[in-house]
Amino acid sequence: MTRLPQTGWLADGRRLHLQDGPIDLIVEASGTAIHVRAAYEAAIRQFTGLLDTLCDELPELRRAAHPDMCALQGCVARRMHAAVAPFAAASFITPMAAVAGAVAEGILDAMTASADLERAYVNNGGDIALHLTGDERFTVGLADDPGTPSLIGKTIIEARDPIRGIATSGWHGRSFSLGIADAVTVLARTASQADAAATIIANAVDLPGHPLIVRRPANEIQPDNDLGARLVTRGVGKLSHQKIAEALGAGICKAQELLAAGLIDGAALHLQGVTEVVGLKDIHSSVRLPRKETATGTKDMRHAAMACGNGIAGECVA
Amino acid sequence: MLTETTLVPPSGGADKIRCDACPVMCYIKPGAAGACDRYANNNGELVRVDPHIVLERTVSHGGRLVPFQASGDWDGKIVQESDVFVTAIGAGTTYPDYKPAPFIVSSEVDGVDMVTVVTEGIFSYCGVKVKIDTDRYLGPEAATVRVQGEAVGHVTTSEYGSQMLSLGGVHHLTGGSKKEGRVTCDALMDLSNGKPVEMTIDGGATVVVEAGHPPIVNGVPEERMRVGCGSATIGMFAKQWLGKVDEVVVVDDHITGVLSEHQAGKLLDIPDTGIKMKGRRSTPGRYFQVAEPGTGWGGTNISDPLSVLGPFDPKTARPGLRMMMVSTTGEHAAYFELDEALKPIEKEIPADLKLSVERIQENCEPALCTVLFMGGAGGSLRSGVTENPVRLTRSVKDALTSVTCGGAPVYVWPGGGITFMVDVTQLPQGAFGYVPTPALVAPIEFTLRLSDYAALGGHMDHVRPLSSLRDNTELRQPPPQTTTRRA
Repeated sequence: MTRLPQTGWLADGRRLHLQDGPIDLIVEASGTAIHVRAAYEAAIRQFTGLLDTLCDELPELRRAAHPDMCALQGCVARRMHAAVAPFAAASFITPMAAVAGAVAEGILDAMTASADLERAYVNNGGDIALHLTGDERFTVGLADDPGTPSLIGKTIIEARDPIRGIATSGWHGRSFSLGIADAVTVLARTASQADAAATIIANAVDLPGHPLIVRRPANEIQPDNDLGARLVTRGVGKLSHQKIAEALGAGICKAQELLAAGLIDGAALHLQGVTEVVGLKDIHSSVRLPRKETATGTKDMRHAAMACGNGIAGECVA
Repeated sequence: MLTETTLVPPSGGADKIRCDACPVMCYIKPGAAGACDRYANNNGELVRVDPHIVLERTVSHGGRLVPFQASGDWDGKIVQESDVFVTAIGAGTTYPDYKPAPFIVSSEVDGVDMVTVVTEGIFSYCGVKVKIDTDRYLGPEAATVRVQGEAVGHVTTSEYGSQMLSLGGVHHLTGGSKKEGRVTCDALMDLSNGKPVEMTIDGGATVVVEAGHPPIVNGVPEERMRVGCGSATIGMFAKQWLGKVDEVVVVDDHITGVLSEHQAGKLLDIPDTGIKMKGRRSTPGRYFQVAEPGTGWGGTNISDPLSVLGPFDPKTARPGLRMMMVSTTGEHAAYFELDEALKPIEKEIPADLKLSVERIQENCEPALCTVLFMGGAGGSLRSGVTENPVRLTRSVKDALTSVTCGGAPVYVWPGGGITFMVDVTQLPQGAFGYVPTPALVAPIEFTLRLSDYAALGGHMDHVRPLSSLRDNTELRQPPPQTTTRRA
């Protein structure tokens, strides 16, 4: 017997809430009533059994991805692999790094395949797949904690933009991070790409060997975690402005590299009250350090970015 | 409905359990949660650990909260009444707190839309005030209190029948060495979570403090508070001693009482006995400083009560004179009769006097340690609640917003900021955590009318209806209580 996911409406009666095991989705579609209804029905149909199908291939999904070959069968599983494959040659990454985005994308695709929608989104715990047409737009709030909606900044995505996926990664989140970013929010063509890239950039925001960072082997916390004995961040003490700039600088280098490679369309990196953005001309961050400290932070940030010397044109956005 | 969950012991280790609530089938280590954050391993048992504890709330006169543990059979899952209260325990937060609180929950209470802003505050400015019911000498005022050799606080001014400690605070948490901060943070968290903490006081005693339990001073558990000072004891029991004994000395570190000289004795026409006390006479029959403070009789350092007496005055004293000496807790008592040389000779306490000693004991309340957590909800925490933080402060002062800590009532200090105190035994176990800053994480809830919340610049777009929490997925069963907690 197939287990049925939990299905319900949020109190506003507009948004659909779907939950099964670790997957928690908030879904909204707009368009004519008939199409919206059809889209929601499609979402529920697609979601039923999705977790079981994923789990059938769980051992393979938890293994390091091969950059070229994919032995996975499931639709969502293959999507996960495709999203992480561009990173697999250079670093250890498993398809699990894109699971949230890939699930959101899979549900959204089922909805748009069954109905004509003006606008829709599937939000899987902060990893969001978007559908936009005509003059529709989507206002994105930037989060400093993947578990929480946030006011630290916002940007607007319009239908004519290429962006259809948003994801946030950080060490506070449900998934483990190798880095120390409170949050890295990435805008990309698809939710699964954004998810994988956010993981990679959040891992890059780091201060290796810094004494105020508490790291534990991932499998000490979750025995069957895909990261195995790799050290994941469990606590970050209050860092000096210089150290914050240094850690963010490393992340910015990585983000710029991904931007140049066309893997992302923008990123906002957040660490202990400092937000830096890459590739988003009109992103507005509402949180700033006190003026005096910002000046120092900005200078250090430039320094850090130049020091990484990766040859990418453009300077860090202050 | 939930699928049935069972425990499957994994092959490779007895400590992990395997959750089969969903096909992910996580192995979960003790104290950890599965990939969903919904199920966890609590000492080998699979439990739900969803973000919220929902309290029953009885809207009685004034809408006061029922103490958390008031109903013993509550299972943490079923919302039985229409009014429930969501606590912040486990709501989660990050540092610093300039984002909306993790859960902003609206519910109908008393017909008005109420909002509870639920967050776990990170308190760098926080500490505990410890009241230790004992007259034993713990250490001089302002002496440093140490845990594992690190300074964590100091002895502050004592209260009636109790010694007071003030522990924690930003100076020890972040102003000293890293070890000092860590030890202070651990001590505060343990005390707040109702665990015992051993501390030593410079120039004083070693004491084990555990909220809701008797203090252990230099290895000896304290049983009772004193009935009153020595003078008060004389006042209370003078009538019961009349005719059974000629003189009573109640030994106390603060005020030692002497029956025949005391106003109560005078009123009963008890004749002078020629007794001569050491120490400084305050008013008739009341003596300060008969001995040094200590852990002996009545909080003094003496083990031989006669050491507080000088020789009896031969002009007034007579052989055969009966005298009882007793401490203010009734824990120590001795009976003497004067011999021909007017020297007190110890004899067995007569039965009717023994009764009065027992009555002193009976009137002494059980000695307990009480721990009040005190913290200030400063700038950044408030902005998780509203975009205009000072309005929250004003709203609390105007009593439009009520503040609770893990559902427990708090005392909010008058004056600036939101500085509050809460009895840690009123919170569910394990309510306090820490961050490596180091600072304590404590639950804090602000409850107010929805309209008032909008008026103070609340994050209206983040308000969630209670029904979205009430379904099973977001209730957390509180861990079973292992210690007796006072309601």
